[in-house]
This record gives sequence, structure tokens and C-alpha cells, in this order.
Amino acid sequence: MAAPAANAPVWLGLTRVVLQRIASALLTLLLVSIVIFAAASLLPGDAAQEVLGQSATPEQVAALRHEMGLDQPAVTRYLDWLAALLGGDPGRSYIADMQVTELIGARLVNSLSLAGITALVSVALALTIGIVSAINRGSKLDRALNIVTLSLVALPEFLIATVFVLLFSVKLVWLPSIAMVSPEATWSEMLRSMALPVACLTFVVSAQMARLTRAAVADQLDRPYVEMARLKGVTFRRIILFHVLPNAAGPVLNAIALSLSYLMGGALIIETIFSFPGLASLMVNAVTSRDMPLLQACAMIFCAAYLALILIADIVAILANPRLRS
Amino acid sequence: MIGQTSPAVEVSGLNIALDLPDGSSRAIVDNVSFAIPKGEVLALIGESGSGKTTIALAMMGYSRFGATISADRIRIGDMQIDALGERALGKVRGSRVAYIAQSAAAAFNPSRTIISQVIEPLIVHGLASRKEAREKAIGLFSALALPSPETIGDRYVHQVSGGQLQRLMAAMALITDPELIILDEPTTALDVTTQVEVLKTFKQAIVASGATAIYVSHDLAVVAQVADQIVVLKDGRMVEQGKAGDLLRSPQSDYTHSLIAAARPVNRAAAPDEAEALLTVEAVHAGYGRVRDGRAAIPVISDVSLALGKGCSLGIIGESGSGKSTLARVIGGLLPASAGAIRLGGELLAPGLAGRSREQLRQIQLVFQNADTALNPMQTVRDAIARPLAFYHGIRGAAADARVAELLDVIQLQPSLAERRTSELSGGQKQRVNLARALAAEPRVLLCDEVTSALDTVVGAAILDLIDALRRQMGIATIFISHDISTVRAFCDEMLVLYSGRVVETCSKAAFSTPVHHPYTELLIDSVPALDPGWLAMLGERHAPAIADTPADEALCPFLARCPVAIAGTCDSQPPSLRETAGMRLLCHAVQPQLASEALNQ
Repeated sequence: MAAPAANAPVWLGLTRVVLQRIASALLTLLLVSIVIFAAASLLPGDAAQEVLGQSATPEQVAALRHEMGLDQPAVTRYLDWLAALLGGDPGRSYIADMQVTELIGARLVNSLSLAGITALVSVALALTIGIVSAINRGSKLDRALNIVTLSLVALPEFLIATVFVLLFSVKLVWLPSIAMVSPEATWSEMLRSMALPVACLTFVVSAQMARLTRAAVADQLDRPYVEMARLKGVTFRRIILFHVLPNAAGPVLNAIALSLSYLMGGALIIETIFSFPGLASLMVNAVTSRDMPLLQACAMIFCAAYLALILIADIVAILANPRLRS
Repeated sequence: MIGQTSPAVEVSGLNIALDLPDGSSRAIVDNVSFAIPKGEVLALIGESGSGKTTIALAMMGYSRFGATISADRIRIGDMQIDALGERALGKVRGSRVAYIAQSAAAAFNPSRTIISQVIEPLIVHGLASRKEAREKAIGLFSALALPSPETIGDRYVHQVSGGQLQRLMAAMALITDPELIILDEPTTALDVTTQVEVLKTFKQAIVASGATAIYVSHDLAVVAQVADQIVVLKDGRMVEQGKAGDLLRSPQSDYTHSLIAAARPVNRAAAPDEAEALLTVEAVHAGYGRVRDGRAAIPVISDVSLALGKGCSLGIIGESGSGKSTLARVIGGLLPASAGAIRLGGELLAPGLAGRSREQLRQIQLVFQNADTALNPMQTVRDAIARPLAFYHGIRGAAADARVAELLDVIQLQPSLAERRTSELSGGQKQRVNLARALAAEPRVLLCDEVTSALDTVVGAAILDLIDALRRQMGIATIFISHDISTVRAFCDEMLVLYSGRVVETCSKAAFSTPVHHPYTELLIDSVPALDPGWLAMLGERHAPAIADTPADEALCPFLARCPVAIAGTCDSQPPSLRETAGMRLLCHAVQPQLASEALNQ
């Protein structure tokens, strides 16, 4: 609507803000890599001992430690690791005798599809519930939705998952209780096997999103500009779409980003119950076997996913808010 | 059929009731009736809680908090508003009846361009295409004297000033050529000087559109300028109704009398001249951001000096953004001065709170503008007042209770209120508690920052009377910060005028009544509406446009861009020099000759 000439400096400023955000996300990721490396080093025991078992002599352990580079100072090991990581090589697994990338590859695809499908379902569900209950504030519907979402926030996910398995796999025998993800599976088979994990995760993450969406939309509905729009004869539908949602976008997007970031690393219990071959269980295995390259790579992926989600939420919120834009 | 003589708007037997949770209902508007001939302006006047806005909104079939509207008749033109359903009302709102809200800053959506909201009524009612609507809006922007009408609409709320926003909202109301325009305190949030401009444009716009209007206000003087008829309301009932001129000249009810009296504060006697200086502020600079060489990165006040005698009162006056409140914060130590000295009783005070002793803190107390936010809503009145007693005087327990009762008596509140939560009090009561809390410290200097601007006229006048009486009884020196020059004039021994953080004039009570003032002071005096329906018309074209930037060179007169008497070649090249005569100091090139001749005549 505005003249493009007048907008040019605005876009320039916007690009600068976005680049700044991206730069600060990258810096955060670098700091996180230090924390991850330090935390991994603090774990008791070491991989050489783990590989050779209890019966190994100290000499054997020392020799293997030297071979693995574990006798180098921490700073050197960190810098070597970081340099390799930047080159796209997170190293070789201590335990499985494979490249970490190979170990992670298939699992990452699984985790991403689980998270992606859950995100689509849960965001749509949460936004609908949040907006509907904000519009009908104080009504019976609002109270019912409030109680349901609050209970879901409170229920532990293993309980939800167990009840689902009992109901859909044992009693009704509709869906498999074990999510077998094989590369040869067709799309429909894959969706069928993922139905229960997706449903459980959706329950866990959408409740929180719905509650935060309700709060953000309700807060905007109380603003004088909403009353003004009603007094201009604007229909309710248009008030929500044109006036309320652009203003509620910032907090809602942040709530979504926070909830979704849980889907990658936090899906451990769901992965375990449904024997789903995802990243979270891989990372736990890495911790128990002191497989540092694998553990660090998984941790970096989770942190990067989290930062990326927050970054996207921030940038979209800036785009929606003219005050932040300028 | 409606004849030629039939009024454009007719309301009879309007009742509005609030449904309470316990099933009963409470009347908030009780049996209100009025009629407005086509093209006339009816004013609904009253204090907060009088139901004036509720009545105005009922004209659109709208009520807040789910109140129930019932009436024998609400007719606008050929429409029977009380008989329309929600759907039909949606078609009327914003097309045939339009609303202008009190705060345009809040009534515009912050994340949409202004023009998209201004043309929204035309679009949603299907009255014009987007292109036609845009053209019409731009036409209205220039009719409402908005700067760069072609592009101003493409801005967002935070990029436009308050006075401009109010005009943009008027454009939003006028765009559908409504039959009835409802103006809800449209100038209350504005500075006096801006208010005059906005009032003038509104009046012209209403006349030009030929619409009938309802003007809601608490300010009789403002109403006098725009209204043909006035309805005075109190507690949801009509107290008095009549032609504007008649009602202001000869009010019938006691209540209207008290409203008029509160709008015209009575002049108080000045304090004795020989009072020794208690508080002095010497060449103080303050602002925000990094301080370098005694100047803040964003300076707010520059080179401010003042002296306040024991038991005297000083009024500080200026528009919003002039640095009035900042000056109070600097004196109180909340914002450390970047340069200059503040002395109390001859003793030099540290710039910041941390450097001042408890005894020094006790002697200067602030009373904030908004008692609503200054008081902790979870505290009882007793707790709020007892806290400074314990902090400054170590008074606790039964002694504190006794002192709280004494203080409540001083501020004229019932002792029984002590156990109430501060959130349960009315606005006036809260401000009294706020005052009692400051008095509990037994200060020597009381800084009152716009203490009545959030209050109704009558309630505010009572608070001012109270502060004035206390000052005289207890000898507390007071600084009144206000945007209202008539209040300052009535209550203060001396007046200080701030403009963009600089003192442009100080004058004594005696000198105030002389006709010689700084051009900015003149502008402020001229901008206060008089209780006279002819005032706005009489004001004529004397006003220069109120929107102007301060000059880039900070040595020059800050008022230069708005000054109607600036001397070309002098004011724009040399810093204004200080001129002093009996009871008056001002910074101006232009009025110096007049001052000199004035001094000669005496």
C-alpha cells in the first residue's frame, strides 16, 4: 500500500535486525558447544575403559586412550572437535566403530518426521483451542477446554502413552503399539505406525500452546482498539483476523517455538515406549556408553533446532510488529 | 413520517442496568431523555461514574461489561436503535453513527497502518472501493489540517503525535458521512495548546459535515466552545438540561454551580516575600544516557535554576515533554542531575538517592500523579501510611496506629478507612492517602506532580484546597507541577515556565497579572478555554500552528519555531538574553522593549 521508495530504508533496517539476530544465534550456538563439550568431559568414567571392559590392564587402557586422543589437553580436543564439526564431520563413534553422521542420519530423519507431523497437528489444534476459548471467555466451553488443557499439562506423558497403547493397540487393536520405521515402508504404513507417538506428543505439547494462545488473544481482545473496531461495525471474524492476530502473533509464536523445541530432544519417553528409533534414545545410549562424539553431536543438533525455532519466532514477530520493525 | 421540525436524534426514558453476579441489577443510567435537532451538538457533562459515556455508547446499541439497555425510544433519523438486533446494529455502527474515542493512541491498532483503519468503515460496510476510500481519506486528512495528507496515513500509531492521532480518528469517523457523531472526551488527553487546535478543527469538521453530534466531557469550558445544548449528569441521572449559554450563565442546580466553581479556582493570598530560601536548584542539567562533561546523551532539562522559600509554593508549568516531571525526579534524587547543585536549607544534596542521608530523604517527599499506580493495591491504608512512619521516625505499633489516625484526620478521611485495601478506595480517596503517606515523613518540601490531573474537577479542587491549607498550617514548601496554568495561578506564589527543558520565564504572583509575558506563557494562557461560548471563535487566527520542531542550535531560543513575535535576524542568530524586572525573569529578545517600558511606567 505504501510507496516503495519510502519503504526502502525500512527494509534495509529490517535486514540488519534479522542479520543481527542470526549472528547472535550463531554466537549462542558457539557458547553452547563449549558447554556441551565441558559437560561431556565431566561425565565420570571414560570411553577407553568402557570399550575394553573391567578386565583390561591399565596399560591397555592408556594405549587406547592415546589412540583415541583422550590424553590430549581439553582445549586441544575441543578445538579439534570444533574444527571438524565446522567441516561437517562430527567424528567417529567410539563404540559402534562407525561415522557419527551414519549413526545419526537415519535417526535424524525419523525424529524430524515425528516432530514435523506432530508440529502440524498440534499447532493447528492448539491455535484453534486457544482462539476459540479466548473468544468465548468465561463460557462453559471455555471452562471445559481450560480443564482439559490443564489436566493434559499435568499428566505425565508415559501415562498418556500407556493409556493410548492399552486403548488403541490392546483393546481396539487399531494401531500398532510399536512404531517400526523401515526405509521400505510406504507412506500410509509409516503414518499408521507413527499415529500413536504423534498423538501422545500432540497431547503433551498442544496443551501448553493452547493456554498461552488463549492468554495472548484474550489480552488483545480487551484492548480499546478492539472496542473501536466493533463500534466501526467490523465483523467479529474480521476483528480476529485483521486486528487481533497480528498483535497476538509475537507471544503466540514464542509459545509455539518453545513447545515445538521440546519435540526433538524431549521425545525420549515416547521413543522408548513405542520403540521409536529417534535421536533422543540414541543420545541416551551415547551417555551410558560414554560415546562422546555421538553424544556431543546429538546435543548440538537439539540446541541448533531450539535456537532455529526461537530465531524464526523472533523474526516473524518482528515482521508482525511495526514498532520492532523500525 | 418524520416532519421537518422533528429532531434528528431523540432519546426518551433511557435506562441502563448492570447485572450483578448475585442476580440483582444496579441502574447505572436512570431515566435519561433528550432530543437533538439536526446539525446541533449536545454535550453530556459529568464526572466519572456519571454515566455519560455509557449513554453515548447506548446510541450505538452498545454497552460495556454486558449492561442491559432499555428505553422507551432511541431514535436516530428513521432508525429505531432500541429495536435493532446485533446484526442490524453492526450495519449502523461506523456507517450512520460514528464514534471518536478519548485516547486515539489506544483506539488505533498498533500493528496496522493508520489509513487501513481509517478506510475500514467504508470497506466493511461496502460503501466504496479501496481506491475511492483512500482518496476520500486523503481529502479528509487535508480538511483536518494534517501535515502531508498524502502519506501520513501510511504511518503507524507510534509514528504520529497525539494531536494528529486525534484528528486521524476524526477522519475515521467522518469518512462514512455519518448522521450522528459521538465524541467521547476527544481532547482530554491532549496538551492545552494542542487541545485548542483540535477543538477548532473538530468544530469546523462537524459544521461542514452537517452531522448531529454528542460531545461527552467532564470539562465545562471545553463543552462551552462546541455545544449548543448541555445535559448535566450525576450518578446516571439528569441534573439539568438547557441551551449551552443559558446553562453556563445561570445554572439552576447546586451541582452545576459546584462544577462551574471548580472550573474557576479562587485566587489564594501570596506567602510573605521575605521567606528565606529553603530549597535552591542551581543550573541543573539532567537527562538519560551516558553523561559526558555534565551533559547527558539525551538531555531533558538544561540549566534550570529555582529557589523556594519556607512555606512558599512554586508552580512549574509546561506541556507534556517539557521536562516538568523530570525536574521533580531530579530534585527528589530519583534521576541524578548530570550537572548543577541542589541545596536544602543551605546543605548540598547528593545528586542520587544513594548519596543522600535518610534525614535528607525525609525532608523532600513526592506525591505522584497517579495514585492508582503509586499505592500498592494489596496494602491497607494503614500499612501504606505506617510504612514511612517506621522508616523515617521509627514509630511502630500503637503509636503508629495513633499517628495514622491523626494523619487520616488531617487529610479528612474517616478513621474507619484505615483497614481498607487501597484498591477499594475512590480516586480522590487514593490521592488523599498518597498525600498522607508523603506527610507522614513530615517533609519540609512537598513535590506534587500533576496530583489532580487524574481526578474529576470537583474532587481535584478539594485536594488542591487541602494541600494549600496544609502548606499554610505546617509551613511545608510545595512545588506544584501542572499543565493547567489557571490552577498554578490560583495556588502558587511563584510560577516557573518550562519549555523543552529550559526555563523561559519565572514570575511572581503579583507580576503574573501584568500583560507582559514570554510568548510561550502567553500561548499557554490563551489556550486555557474560558467558560464562555464565544471564546474559541474570539481566539480567531492568533494562534500559530502548534506543531514545530525546536531549533537545531541549542543555544538559540527553544521556542523560536513556534514564536509568533520572533524577530528575524535576531532570534535566529543570537541566544535569548535574560531580562529581569520586579518579580519577573524571562528569556526573550522580542518582549524586552515592552518590559522596559512597563518598568518605566511603574
